[in-house]
Amino acid sequence: MERQFIVRGMAVGAIGGLLAFLFARIFAEPQIQKAIDYESGREAAQSLLDKTAGMPVEHEHAEPFSRAFQGNVGIGVGIIAFGIAMGALYAVAYALACGRTGKVRPRTLALLVAGGGFLALYLIPFAKYPANPPAIGHEDTIRERSGLYLLMVGISIVVLVAGTWLGQRLQARFGTWNATLLAVLACAVVLGAVMLVLPSFGELSANVEAYGHHATETPLPLRDAQGRIVYPGFPADTLFAFRFFSVAAQAVLWGTIGLCFAPLAERLLSPRPDTSAAPATA
Amino acid sequence: MSTSTTLDGARTGSTPVVLGGTRAALWLFGTVLLGVALYYFIGIDQGATSVFGNDTHVHEFVHDARHFLGFPCH
Repeated sequence: MERQFIVRGMAVGAIGGLLAFLFARIFAEPQIQKAIDYESGREAAQSLLDKTAGMPVEHEHAEPFSRAFQGNVGIGVGIIAFGIAMGALYAVAYALACGRTGKVRPRTLALLVAGGGFLALYLIPFAKYPANPPAIGHEDTIRERSGLYLLMVGISIVVLVAGTWLGQRLQARFGTWNATLLAVLACAVVLGAVMLVLPSFGELSANVEAYGHHATETPLPLRDAQGRIVYPGFPADTLFAFRFFSVAAQAVLWGTIGLCFAPLAERLLSPRPDTSAAPATA
Repeated sequence: MSTSTTLDGARTGSTPVVLGGTRAALWLFGTVLLGVALYYFIGIDQGATSVFGNDTHVHEFVHDARHFLGFPCH
């Protein structure tokens, strides 16, 4: 049985990844290009400032892949492979959840597990450390930022699994509806506390040293020696559109996984009159 | 797993326990490893840590996907 789940999970993950890629190609790529154009313009302005100040000018390093390749092939391979990875993890979570999460029908469980994956592996970490387009993010802090992001993903997974367990413990006493609400509340309180305690990216020590106290690493306006703005801060509309499409693409991915896996799971787990007499081949 | 568990669960309309034995555990473990390895190479490799040393091909290849899927980058 577990192998059927895994194969189907990875297949629906690939379909979800493909749809998310098509979405990204149409909606996200223009925003990514705007962000890269902003970054190039900012670097040019910075070089000019450095030159007039008599400082050494930093030269851009050569990129191994062209923008066209990154924006058409790289993003496709990346998102589809991500979909397959998420589908594989989803199938494992589904197999483990079967029979351990109360009286839920197979296809309802398929949607619930997909919702949990969307929340734990993307949306909850996003609430603290949202997705950033190119041009946002300082190279010196990549280690801390990756560590904090993965920590947030790990904590989200643990809290949601614990919340599911808690909900079932409370179910006998409070009924399904109230037990679910109590478990959701408990998860929200714990996750809220974690988000309050973890540092913002802008408050990492390397950033405070270089830029002072800010909440994020989003570029502020570039000023010359007299304090005049010579290049604007990162455009807010581009940032919003990029993040909104990022959330939408993950919703497409996880929605596809849940909706496509639901009928497959229903068929796998429901009794078939012609085979019910024979022993199952799992 | 046995047929009876499937049917017991199915008859009540809820999902049955479908796992049993070491083989099932190994399959699930292997699948998690594969998923995590893919997650790592798409999201983190040649950024915070690097398997292939000081090279940026993996990073630059999945560059746009990495940003868009929510991973920290650069």
